[in-house]
Amino acid sequence: MKGVALGAASGALFGVGLALSGMVRPAKVLGFLDVAGAWDASLAFVMVGAIAVYAVAYRLIARRGRPLFDEKLHVPTPKRIDAPLVVGAAVFGIGWGLGGFCPGPALVSLGALAPQALPFTAAMTVGILLQRARR
Amino acid sequence: MHDFTPLPALFGGLLIGLAAAMLLLTHGRVAGVSGLYGQLFTRDRDGRALAAWFVVGLVGSGVVVGSVWPAAFPALASRSTGLTIVAGLLVGYGTRLGNGCTSGHGVCGIGRFSVRSIVATCTFVLTGALTVFALGRLS
Repeated sequence: MKGVALGAASGALFGVGLALSGMVRPAKVLGFLDVAGAWDASLAFVMVGAIAVYAVAYRLIARRGRPLFDEKLHVPTPKRIDAPLVVGAAVFGIGWGLGGFCPGPALVSLGALAPQALPFTAAMTVGILLQRARR
Repeated sequence: MHDFTPLPALFGGLLIGLAAAMLLLTHGRVAGVSGLYGQLFTRDRDGRALAAWFVVGLVGSGVVVGSVWPAAFPALASRSTGLTIVAGLLVGYGTRLGNGCTSGHGVCGIGRFSVRSIVATCTFVLTGALTVFALGRLS
């Protein structure tokens, strides 16, 4: 595959966006999930901003048909809403609410040596491997 | 609302969307961090190389931002290490079982109007909120 190093630029921009948005602060994430308490709606704005840009870009790129460095788009084809999707999402959400981290912010935080980033990422890696083993 | 920061949130979100769009344009891949990170542990060599570069960029951005703008990150932990480890296990397992996370489903999936991703996102936000509520009640 050509141009794979460009992936680093995407990852870096993604990480900067995460840092600016506040998603690398577990307390902020937990504040968003604290709907019944002192609710901080900021993260909703992160999603809105990201989705708005991506939705437009997706339409344009899908119309183009193929990416710059590959023959085709590797976008999942629509499938049924099944148990693994719902159960997986539910379990992820519980972990998110327990730790205040999701994968992206965890990796950025790891680079910054932020509190709990290493134990979280290590455990997340184990969780990923466990799921793969059970497939 | 305490600590409401809509503008940095929105701007950060725009950059996230742009970064995800960039990955789609260059290599036609979904910028789902759980999927990309998970690919590091598979045998798909092509996918693994791209994923590795993306993760390098992600972690690298943390190194740089951490040194020029340390205030972006918290100084203190919000949760105990024990709870964090349990959290990590669930996030790792759940994101792979559900085939996505906040970036994969929440941004890219919803951006494609995927019903699966909308359902997934609603689900993890719901259980996330319930978990925070439950922990609040327990402490």
